[in-house]
Amino acid sequence: MWSTLSSIFPYAIAYTIPLLITALGGLYSERSGVTNLGLEGLMLVGYFACAITIRLLQDTMAHSVWLLTLGLVASVVAGALFSLLHAFASINLQADQVISGTAINMLAGALTVYLARLISGSGNVRIRMGIIRKNIPFLSKIPIIGPLFFTQTYWTTWVVLAIWALSWLLLYKTSFGLRLRACGEHPSAVASAGVNVHRMRYFGVVMSGALAGLGGGVILITYSGEFHGTVAGLGFLSIAALIFGQWKPLGILGATFFFGSATTIANVSQVIPSLSVVPPVIFKIFPYVATLAALVLFSKKSAAPKASGQPF
Amino acid sequence: MKKTKYRSQSGNAFLVAVSAVILGLIGGAVLMAAIGSNPFMGFYYLFRGGLMNIERIGNTLATATTLMLVGLSVAFAFKTGLFNIGASGQMLIGGLCATLVAHKVFLPRPLFLVVLVASALIGGALWGVIPGFLKARFNVHEVVATIMMNWIAYWSIYYFVPAYLKGPSLETESASIAISQSLRAPWLTKLFNGSYINYGFFIAIVCVIIIRFVLDKTTLGFGLKAVGSNRWCAEYAGIKVNRNVVISMMIAGGLAGLAGLTFYTGYSRNMQIGVMPAQGFDGIAVALLGASNPLGVLFSSLFFGILQSGKGFMNAMTSVPPEIADSIIAVIIYFTATSVLFQRFWDRIARRRGSRRADQREEE
Repeated sequence: MWSTLSSIFPYAIAYTIPLLITALGGLYSERSGVTNLGLEGLMLVGYFACAITIRLLQDTMAHSVWLLTLGLVASVVAGALFSLLHAFASINLQADQVISGTAINMLAGALTVYLARLISGSGNVRIRMGIIRKNIPFLSKIPIIGPLFFTQTYWTTWVVLAIWALSWLLLYKTSFGLRLRACGEHPSAVASAGVNVHRMRYFGVVMSGALAGLGGGVILITYSGEFHGTVAGLGFLSIAALIFGQWKPLGILGATFFFGSATTIANVSQVIPSLSVVPPVIFKIFPYVATLAALVLFSKKSAAPKASGQPF
Repeated sequence: MKKTKYRSQSGNAFLVAVSAVILGLIGGAVLMAAIGSNPFMGFYYLFRGGLMNIERIGNTLATATTLMLVGLSVAFAFKTGLFNIGASGQMLIGGLCATLVAHKVFLPRPLFLVVLVASALIGGALWGVIPGFLKARFNVHEVVATIMMNWIAYWSIYYFVPAYLKGPSLETESASIAISQSLRAPWLTKLFNGSYINYGFFIAIVCVIIIRFVLDKTTLGFGLKAVGSNRWCAEYAGIKVNRNVVISMMIAGGLAGLAGLTFYTGYSRNMQIGVMPAQGFDGIAVALLGASNPLGVLFSSLFFGILQSGKGFMNAMTSVPPEIADSIIAVIIYFTATSVLFQRFWDRIARRRGSRRADQREEE
């Protein structure tokens, strides 16, 4: 049991991290008052940008440590730029945010494959090497915690966790964060206090694009290694985690880990006999059923930002 | 997420739709030019691929069939102020029920077709009624609920099809349905020179007529539209809002289920796993472009049908990747969402004209 747990745990973390960072992006957007259903597409854009950048640079700077970092930077920039489309539509033009988000998903899905086909005929972009997993010195020797958290880790995991912690500080411990959250609850009150609501919402949406893009980049250089035109619903799974985590940083940390573990168990249950008692489909649909159940349970006192989805 | 209103824009809805299409085509042209292809040749082959001979016209109609039914589903929910973003999942479940019937039920042909259609209708309606119920009873936003239902359907099928409907060769798709157990009709195939067109096309046309009748001529339709335009007013007038929400989602789900029927047992005759049907989202474009009007849906689905079925030919004749069609559709959706932009533009033109006319009158 212990050996099973310690062997699949690193995978569960690897799977959780892209979900966590994307859901965190969604948190910024929703908290500022803009519903972002385009996370799936924004992740895909980041995934693509990372693949293209690494593919184009991997011959000239094959052994540089900066290669993968540059790929991630590209994914952040691409996600942020692409999210401007959603920001412009929903903030300046007061468009329907659900429709705009759907358009973002469709556009990202079509455009990335369109461009990828020009580079490789099939539309798949493969990179030569992702991140090498490392044990953290000293910490990995700690009993129980060491093997679970500090062995075979990707460095991106720590970057993402740092961003998560900083975001929590920014949103809950600074006056800027208070204003941003207020824009999602009662924008006219914030506006009357002299805060530019449009600018705050732009910040929220662009952050969601940047972080979702980063999520896509992380998928590529950790466990995927190849762009193949879809992130298979991970963006929507992040939205589910955002809701299940009740729009709070700690909540989404727990929710994404929960969902990431469920998916990992479903994926490995064929190989590990002790897990194959439960059909994998149960683990795969569990996050969505759990989210629906949470929505029903908390329907009386929803924690959702009150003005999310409403144009201002 | 708060409830937003999806009203069909009055007056210049047609102008807005046309502007969005034009901008979508311009966007497509820019993309073609960006990779060094000639946009005019690209569009020429795109439309030619959809319309060049009787067989391709048949394929275009078969593609449009599915889009028409999904478009109707989304448009019908819009009328009640609901956003059915879950048409993909409803398609999958409707298609799964129909595929099961096609493989396991053997009856005389007319009776069989009735059972086949009913199974898809019930499957889709069931998948649609759950979010409807959650919305009515617990005020769960239907957008979130239908997205969750999409992925529940996706993963259920991902495991169900290989386990129970596996084909002889591939692990990732169901066994092919025999022609006599599908929606295909030999006389139609022959008439259209071996194309994919099937009975689904007639089902879709009948649905357009029925939905138009229900919305415009029945008490049920009036109630649904009343809830869509102002739910508080409808409630005050004694219309049962929650019941209408459930009914609306049920019918929308049923229509999407029928779309799944036409796609999985008519067009492709098998189910692939790991694919969220894109038609579920293209249908949103169809409904928006058709201004949620059944007749509008009919025409816009034909337009998108041409784009989707012509892209393969275009890709064969030019160097433009087939994803151009999906890009154009996405751009069109984006610009319909931002229709405020055009509305302002056309309003300004109308006003300028109006004032000029007034000036002329004064001069006279």
